[in-house]
Amino acid sequence: MQKSVIEVSGLYKDYQTAAGPFPVLKDVNLRIENGDYVAIMGPSGSGKSTFMNILGCLDKPSKGQYVLDGHPVANMEQNAIAQVRNRTIGFVFQGFNLLARSSLLDNVALPLVYAGVDKTERHARAKLLLEKVGLAKYLNSRPNQISGGQQQRVAIARALVNKPSLILADEPTGNLDSVTSEEIMTLFSELNQEGITIVLVTHETDIAEHASRQVRFLDGRIVQDTRTREIGTTETFGTPTNNIISEAI
Amino acid sequence: MFTAMLGEAWHAMGANRLRTFLTMLGMVIGVSAVVLMMAIGQGAEAAVKRSISAMGSNLFVVLSGPPSAGGARSATGNAPSLNVKDANAISDLDGVVGVAPVTMGKAQIVFGSNNWNTDIIGTTPSYLDIRGWNLSDGYAFSESDIRSATRVALVGKTIVQNIFGDNIDPIGKTIRIKQSPFVILGVLDSKGQTLDGRDQDDTIIVPLTTAQRKLFGNQLPGSVRQIMVQAESDNTMPMVEQGLNSLLNQRHNIREGSDSDFSVRNLTAIANSAAETTRTMSLLLGAIASVSLLVGGIGIMNIMLVSVTERTREIGIRMAIGARQRDILLQFLLEAIVISIVGCLIGIAIGVGGAIMVNIITKAEIIISVNSVAIAFGVAASIGVFFGFYPARKAAMLNPIEALRYQ
Repeated sequence: MQKSVIEVSGLYKDYQTAAGPFPVLKDVNLRIENGDYVAIMGPSGSGKSTFMNILGCLDKPSKGQYVLDGHPVANMEQNAIAQVRNRTIGFVFQGFNLLARSSLLDNVALPLVYAGVDKTERHARAKLLLEKVGLAKYLNSRPNQISGGQQQRVAIARALVNKPSLILADEPTGNLDSVTSEEIMTLFSELNQEGITIVLVTHETDIAEHASRQVRFLDGRIVQDTRTREIGTTETFGTPTNNIISEAI
Repeated sequence: MFTAMLGEAWHAMGANRLRTFLTMLGMVIGVSAVVLMMAIGQGAEAAVKRSISAMGSNLFVVLSGPPSAGGARSATGNAPSLNVKDANAISDLDGVVGVAPVTMGKAQIVFGSNNWNTDIIGTTPSYLDIRGWNLSDGYAFSESDIRSATRVALVGKTIVQNIFGDNIDPIGKTIRIKQSPFVILGVLDSKGQTLDGRDQDDTIIVPLTTAQRKLFGNQLPGSVRQIMVQAESDNTMPMVEQGLNSLLNQRHNIREGSDSDFSVRNLTAIANSAAETTRTMSLLLGAIASVSLLVGGIGIMNIMLVSVTERTREIGIRMAIGARQRDILLQFLLEAIVISIVGCLIGIAIGVGGAIMVNIITKAEIIISVNSVAIAFGVAASIGVFFGFYPARKAAMLNPIEALRYQ
């Protein structure tokens, strides 16, 4: 029995509207084991983005329990939640969300600034990760000087830099063409192969198929939960070949 | 962490140079105005204070003639109503430490081929004590010179320069004043200008009796134009003033209610009010200048608010990857402080430079005190904190989800 990274039970979320509280999530229960690769799917308005925000500690549930990596985070105060985001979660966004004015190296090193890591180590770790995602040549470039796929690689390097227990990816291929999307998904598969837990939000079925487990939301509830592969196996690699993370860390 | 944030603040400022410059300009103008105004104000104050101490302290001057009266009268000081006996009587008053009767006029002086027109003061040796006026060379005349009305003189620095030049030692030389030969006994220390710009060194001092009998003639024997009186201290001045009035009224047989034939003026009070005026002026200048500091601060706040709105998405990203509220607060606060401190340093440089320029161009005295610079710096930094805090707090309170969605 593997330790679970995410344990959500009896989770509700209401939004306050002029017409009174509007329920977005209704009694959601989900458990994600360490090393799993989960795709969260569903049409717009199904509540999957709200669920993602709660998983990422960007939003608080109205009711229910959320235990992340052993910490009950539902009722934590702001600063502690910021630390959880910093140490436990790595975010990958649809729009990459890099800081336009900073170099790629500084972008990747940014989470370490908030973790209080000193400058030499920050740069060393950021450099190593940029090399591992294949961008060693661009350490001092700006995000607008590289392609979208490359920017997403930088974002993934940034998500990994503080050794998180969990990568949360929100439509990571939404802004990319199909070839680049495949490259990014391969990178995710490699990371999962090395034991990193990944939760992916997408509405594209073929993207979701890269994951080992598909969870489907509809009208604020989980309506389908399918496991297509065992934890720790992917469609591409039978065994780990390219130890990106263990080497980098 | 702190240095990393300082670097970020520097980066952010560099990202929009023109805007940073314009924001800073408000600070630069405010600080340079404060520094410049304080330098000029303090300089003026110091100049006034020096004039006051040059004049002598706790002084009254008793002038002959009516200060105001009906009918046609000659100017105050011209009526021959005061005399040496009045001066002697005054010296017996309580609280009086020095009395010097003075008569004066203008005269042409000649030495060799040079001539010059200057003020001649006829007085007693105590005049130098009362005015706090020392000799830089030679010695003063004595009471025996007064008794025998000898032709001796003390000359001011301006006279020495204009009549003798640099190469001749004036001591012992004979000059002619109104055709009479006078032997120079001493040279007076430089006293500089009075408040109204008159050169106090353009003066010759001779014994009172010599001036009365041999230079300016006399309407009445023994009469003087004015009597300088020094009180013991600031506190005894009102008592001395009262004593002077009653003594002279009595001596001159002036009845209660009728016009006096003399007037008593408190020189120190006039000088002090001049000092008070310059101090008020410099405070006023400083106050006006600090208004521009305030305006500069509001400019910083304005730009920081714009900056927070523009960078909402960036704030969202930082929060998502683990920035605490206080990290965001600190980042924006630092930016405001860096802008105001850099602006302040430039402002101090310009203010000091401007003050030096004013000094070179107008010859006005300036004082750049460490205090005024430190105050300007402190105020500017506090303005950065004060006006930077609200925008920084606004940034820190942003909801990360909304901030991330912000386009």
